[in-house]
Amino acid sequence: MNRDYLKIDKIEGPLIFIKGIREARFGDLVEVRLTTGNRLGKIIKLENEMAIIQVFEGTSGIGTYNATVRFIGEPMTIRLSKNILGRTFNGLGKPIDGGGEIYSPHEVDVNSAPINPIARQYPRDMIETGISSIDTLMTLIRGQKLPIFSGNGLPHKELAAQIVSQARLLNDSKDDFAVCFVAIGVTKDEGGYFIDRLVESGAMGHSVLFINYADDPIAERLSTPRCALAAAEYLAFEENMHVLVVMTDVTNYCEALREISSAKEEVPSRKGYPGYLYSDLALLYERAGVLKAHHGSITFLPILTMPNDDITHPIPDLTGYITEGQIVLSRELSNRDFLPPVNILPSLSRLMKDGIGEGYTREDHPALFNQLFSSYSKVLEVRSLAQIIGESDLSPLDQAYMAFGRLFEDQFIAQGFNTRRSIIESLNLGWTLLSKLPPEAMDRLDDEMIKRYHRYVKPA
Amino acid sequence: MNRNKALGHIYSINGPVVKGLNLSESHMREMVLVGHQKRIGEIIGIKDEEAIIQVYEDTDGLMLGEPIEGTGEPLSLYLGPGMVGNIFDGIGRPLSRFEGDRVNTGYGLLTIDRKAPWEVTFCVDMGSKLRAGECFARVQETKLITHALLVPIGIEGEVIFCAKEGVYTAEDILIRLLDDKGREHPLTLMQKWPVRTPRPVNERLRLYKPLITGQRILDVFFPIAKGGTAAIPGGFGTGKTMTQHQLAKWSDADLIIYIGCGERGNEMTDVLEEFPKIVDPKSGHRLIERTILIANTSNMPVAAREASIYTGITMAEYFRDMGYHVAIMADSTSRWAEALREISGRLEEMPAEEGYPAYLSYRLAEFYERAGYVETLSHQEGSITIIGAVSPAGGDFSEPVTENTKRYINVFLALDRKLAYARHYPAINWLASYSGYLNTLGKWYETNVAEDVFLLRGKMMRLLQEESKLLDIVQLVGEDVLPDDQRLVLEIARIFKIGFLQQNAMHPEDTFVPLNKQYQMLGAIWHLYVRANACLSKGIPLSNVRSSELFDRHIKMKYDIPNDFSNAFNQLKDDVDAFYDVLLERYHVT
Repeated sequence: MNRDYLKIDKIEGPLIFIKGIREARFGDLVEVRLTTGNRLGKIIKLENEMAIIQVFEGTSGIGTYNATVRFIGEPMTIRLSKNILGRTFNGLGKPIDGGGEIYSPHEVDVNSAPINPIARQYPRDMIETGISSIDTLMTLIRGQKLPIFSGNGLPHKELAAQIVSQARLLNDSKDDFAVCFVAIGVTKDEGGYFIDRLVESGAMGHSVLFINYADDPIAERLSTPRCALAAAEYLAFEENMHVLVVMTDVTNYCEALREISSAKEEVPSRKGYPGYLYSDLALLYERAGVLKAHHGSITFLPILTMPNDDITHPIPDLTGYITEGQIVLSRELSNRDFLPPVNILPSLSRLMKDGIGEGYTREDHPALFNQLFSSYSKVLEVRSLAQIIGESDLSPLDQAYMAFGRLFEDQFIAQGFNTRRSIIESLNLGWTLLSKLPPEAMDRLDDEMIKRYHRYVKPA
Repeated sequence: MNRNKALGHIYSINGPVVKGLNLSESHMREMVLVGHQKRIGEIIGIKDEEAIIQVYEDTDGLMLGEPIEGTGEPLSLYLGPGMVGNIFDGIGRPLSRFEGDRVNTGYGLLTIDRKAPWEVTFCVDMGSKLRAGECFARVQETKLITHALLVPIGIEGEVIFCAKEGVYTAEDILIRLLDDKGREHPLTLMQKWPVRTPRPVNERLRLYKPLITGQRILDVFFPIAKGGTAAIPGGFGTGKTMTQHQLAKWSDADLIIYIGCGERGNEMTDVLEEFPKIVDPKSGHRLIERTILIANTSNMPVAAREASIYTGITMAEYFRDMGYHVAIMADSTSRWAEALREISGRLEEMPAEEGYPAYLSYRLAEFYERAGYVETLSHQEGSITIIGAVSPAGGDFSEPVTENTKRYINVFLALDRKLAYARHYPAINWLASYSGYLNTLGKWYETNVAEDVFLLRGKMMRLLQEESKLLDIVQLVGEDVLPDDQRLVLEIARIFKIGFLQQNAMHPEDTFVPLNKQYQMLGAIWHLYVRANACLSKGIPLSNVRSSELFDRHIKMKYDIPNDFSNAFNQLKDDVDAFYDVLLERYHVT
């Protein structure tokens, strides 16, 4: 079908409009040929013999008569082999590290069909991140999608780098492990930071990077995660590796989606984002998982910066409805230099209930988890009271809560970006801290647990 | 060419919305097959020669000019044995029949396995007259569900052929009816029904029975009637899905239809892995034997999300017509509304509030009105209870889906982010929730549980209301300044919240609690309050009235007292009485 079109009818932002199309396939690639070089585009709408094409490398330099548009008749694909490990690609899957192209007979569509729920295996194996707050209170499970909700200026990239360099599986750690790092609209500095950390921790050899820098074309932001996830799917389900996908920053992705949607003159829904933002994000997030028929897995850690730290903004809101929990960072903890500043109460891992406790981590884990949450939420209540009536007027129990709260933040949360604690160390630390509170404050524990783990020493 | 079957071609593609030309023969809501792969679509608008089609499968790879074939029929389901325990996509195709790990396009309209053998027993004789909706044969579908084969709607007549008892597959003819006009109707194991049309019933009856869920805050505080409607709104992380799963596991409906509408893939996998293992305490059979799952996960095609709700309710009506009590869990109706919004946006319709189409409210009404307690065409009682989760954007209940849903449902179970953060589950806010069935069900509770259940409920509600006011004061000045009787209210409310309202879904004893234990627990805590309060009014200070041992036993009775409690509550009550009698004596007041 390879038909060439010599006239472009309209150019708007990253989109070009061509009329008189008789044969074209929805979702297919087109090649825009200019004297300065070729660019790729994708058909995103076909209407009354008119095609709307989103040009990945941007439309600057394109005029109505200076370009030839060729309909390739194929969807966007990339070639994959195990040699992608250690390499860096752009948002279209082209190498940008100076190395050569990937040669492989294995060529895949970057958009994969949805996983059949009956082909999935329910994820149960814990990934130990070495971070007490996460391992104990929002355990990451292999095959989970667990986003980090951050804000501008918060140290999410340090946290992500820490997870990447420290993460290991609790069981069968002999398995191959790979990192897929996806950067969408990041600054060169930020990208450089991740590359440096990957090299430092020795993880670069089993990592693949897909980077779309902040000044790269907007339309490429939409293809970057798709290429990266196709690569992750290849490593997980063809090469049987356990892949950890770290993607930053989802907010930039959504902004790009909004920009293109408004160029298409679509009816906007909340805050100008298109009505299909939820479905579109789901297409990315739901690519994580474990399949019954394959050995590998995809664990997905997207990072998003909440505009104005607002968790009800459409991007974190819709993300939270799709992902299996969230790790929320706190500006207050960060300002007080409690790092990593994980905000305990709103953070959550939906899959942990089946991956902790006896046979997985340790039998006391679920009980400790419940009690720490309950006690820490009580701390915050007592604190707001103390702000009004002063700490000295608090009841002895409330004062014990204040003390517990300080220790919890200082020792349990603020472990720093370079410390690694095993899950057993984290659990023991949790019990040590809870033992600062009297047994009658242990409202989520049964007597057996209190007897076995709670070591209360009455303060003198 | 068949006059009813149009043959057009694609001339525009925009996401899940396709426009076809040369389709003037087609009609609204007709099912069409789009493209060479025959992807399934439905006509949702017609203008001259042009038809607007929503496609229930991915549209990537469709080409301009590909054919569109009309089927002459509305989008329909094939109903018959083999549905229970199965999982379907949004348009009723069994997911087990897709090959590989993924849901690809090009399978057409898959149905339940037509080759599966079923043992059929007949309940009619030659010559008997049958009307629509009457049972002519039965199939033991699972250990819990006897599938009654009903005469399809619109058919009646005299039995002129009846096969022998035995094993048959879906397309074998079981009986033949001869109607007045001399037409013969061969009936098989399967029948077809258009998903958007409610199935007829003989009469709608008044609601009078509760749907017993074993969840204390529901059964005692916000009961749902069989045949009623409920909504569970809550932001993400507040436990909507958890609550829905609990209801699917433990409510006393005969059949559960769980619609995973635009939710997570792993959640469906969880249900699929867990339900075959859990044994229903009442029947002793596995839960999957009374469950049908419909899955349109968030990454599956959006138009099928819109259809999944109708697919679910049609299956429910089909089983209701056999005389079953069916409960539908729709998780989440917001995703369904968003699917409407997305399609509406692609059609460039004028948006109403927050981009939702103006007909959102009517569509919600249509859905919830298909619930009800009815007398079926064969004069049996059956019901459909709908429990819909709502996922309000930003957890804000003033958004259009929650607001419009509230107009058509009777039980509102508001999930609260604050409670969820404190890991108080189920995180149902008792002050913001309501049930409109208290009067309807009052009589049933009086006869079947105890006369004063709702009386006690009312008293406890007032206490909780008072606690919330007192807590505002405590926030400002601390608990110490309150008088003793108000501090007792706080104490009792705390016991009640932890010991009664919080329910541990992971605990083998606490995950399902029978009604009489719920009532006893409520009574026990109220008794404690009455006795303690009486002592305070005699001037005994709270520090002495408050017995941490007794208070603790009330908090932990949900774990310590088994569900078949025999004498345990009397014992507890006696201990409370003994403690306060001694106390009163010590202060020389009696």
